[in-house]
Amino acid sequence: MPLVVETVDLTKTYDNTTVVDKLNLHVEEGEIFGFLGPNGAGKTTTILMLLGLTEPTSGVARICGYNSTREPLKVKSISGYVPERVGFYEDLTARYNLIYTGRLNALSEETIMKRVGESLDIVGLSEAANQRVQEFSRGMKQRLAIADILIKTPKVAFLDEPTSGIDPEGVKEMLDLIASIAREQKMTVVLSSHQLHQVQQICNRVGILAKGRMVVEGPLDQLGKEALGGGRFRVELQLAEITSALVDCIKRIEGVVSVERSGDLLLISCLEDLRPQIAKAIVDNGGLLTQMKIQGYALEDIYMKYFTEV
Amino acid sequence: MTALMTVFWKELADNFSSWRFIILFILVLLAGVSAIYVAAENIRGAVTEISKSPFAVTETIRFVFLKLYTTSGEALPSFLTFIVFFVPIVGIALGFDAINSEKNSGTLSRLLSQPIFRDAVINAKFLAGVVTLSIMLVSIVLLVAGVGLRMIGVPPTAEEVLRLMAFLAVGIVYGAFWLGLAMLFSIFFQRVATSALASISVWIFFIFFMVMIASLIANMVAPVDDQSTRQELFRNAEISLIALRVSPIMLFSEATSVLLVPAARTMGQLLQMEISEATARMLPNPLPLGQSLLMVMPHLVTLVALTVVCFAISYIKFMREEIRST
Repeated sequence: MPLVVETVDLTKTYDNTTVVDKLNLHVEEGEIFGFLGPNGAGKTTTILMLLGLTEPTSGVARICGYNSTREPLKVKSISGYVPERVGFYEDLTARYNLIYTGRLNALSEETIMKRVGESLDIVGLSEAANQRVQEFSRGMKQRLAIADILIKTPKVAFLDEPTSGIDPEGVKEMLDLIASIAREQKMTVVLSSHQLHQVQQICNRVGILAKGRMVVEGPLDQLGKEALGGGRFRVELQLAEITSALVDCIKRIEGVVSVERSGDLLLISCLEDLRPQIAKAIVDNGGLLTQMKIQGYALEDIYMKYFTEV
Repeated sequence: MTALMTVFWKELADNFSSWRFIILFILVLLAGVSAIYVAAENIRGAVTEISKSPFAVTETIRFVFLKLYTTSGEALPSFLTFIVFFVPIVGIALGFDAINSEKNSGTLSRLLSQPIFRDAVINAKFLAGVVTLSIMLVSIVLLVAGVGLRMIGVPPTAEEVLRLMAFLAVGIVYGAFWLGLAMLFSIFFQRVATSALASISVWIFFIFFMVMIASLIANMVAPVDDQSTRQELFRNAEISLIALRVSPIMLFSEATSVLLVPAARTMGQLLQMEISEATARMLPNPLPLGQSLLMVMPHLVTLVALTVVCFAISYIKFMREEIRST
């Protein structure tokens, strides 16, 4: 797979504060890459450097082989960018805002009209196309921003906090939309966020950035294994009484990695969803089950783990 | 180039459909109406007075049409004075939020993430502002000309038309300077209110305080009192005038009075005395157009240079700036 996004020792320093520190980032074609990190970790600065909107202090950023600093126009014509606080011309209609983007990309009028219609369709804003943007809700604006980058059919899209400030249902829709667009348009997506559980749903690979350095990078399950001592799932049990025979019995179930006891709770880390087997073991041992909960390995845990290390 | 034109047409459309433009146009329109009113009241008097004078030459009353623009009444100022005051306001109003409002609304980072050069954005905005301003100025001058023509019944001569065109050209450059200045502030200040205030402050400074400062400087360099000789008084006035010429407003009003008052042969002291009978006797003949143009050339060049300086600073700042959406 060819590299779409590549940085080599990318560094940005503002008045002696290093915001991005020798970052080496690689994103392959077709990936949805989750670019994670707390506020101020340097995510936005990295994206700005990749797009040639700010100059790196040292190092190189490349998009599809084009140097972002030296060939910004090439880079901008193949990459779409949705800034965190995306803005449109409020007193113009949604359609006109998109047409303007098309014209700035020097597309032919015919292509523009076609793509504007299609993009609005994809994000589900066809109905509101002729409304002024000032009447749009935050969620609608975010969707319009997605439509806006679709106009130029980019190879790679940089979405900076695309889910911030929208309601949970909107977040889910937004993420589904991004995932389906990435799949259908064969678009590489770099998605920055500090809300990990959201990103987790659609990203193939994540990189966690802290204080300008990439702390960890890789596919999610791999990170999960590293962080949580092998287990993929965590089952939380609440029992009326916990006996050591029961604990032994659960430990013997194939796939269980570890069992921890805390008060009347049992925390079981396992490789797959073993709830039926665990329930059976409890019943067989005559235990009284009060409550059972399962969690996929939470990215939050990974995150916390790597963050406390920094 | 396509990017520049795209931004240009959008900005122009924005300018023309904005409330701001309508308000400004009404303001300038009022100036025009008042000019016509003043001219209607006073032009007859002004012309007959000259022709009654024993020294009147036909040459002097040749430029009746231009009097439409320069005649002032007892209470109301002339069209020219209005223009000196209002063109800066128009320029400032069209430019004070050019960049920072786009920054604040988050459209700038979206705009600059399109494959266009950054300079296309400021060039196009500046160009759209200048075109808007030009249309406003030209239409108001034509309006006064049209109504005036019906009123006085004297058609303009070819030279008068040329003089008016030269006046318009200088007026547009003058407006462009204020537009450039306002845009400069809109790049430097994050908040729209701050940049508007900064531009207005510069305007107020030049309109009201420059005269005080100029006479202060003159009195420091060449002090005068009751016993001063004529030479000393003249030197004082001259220094004050030189200091005043720092102000683009002064440059513009000098240049335009030379263009629209052909009898003006020199600037400064004599120009102010000109109204008096004595000088009318001394210098009854108007200057040819070429000579008038020659006189205003330094002013025009200075105005252009000031605009270029504003623009160059904006350029340097804007090109190197990092655009964040937050």
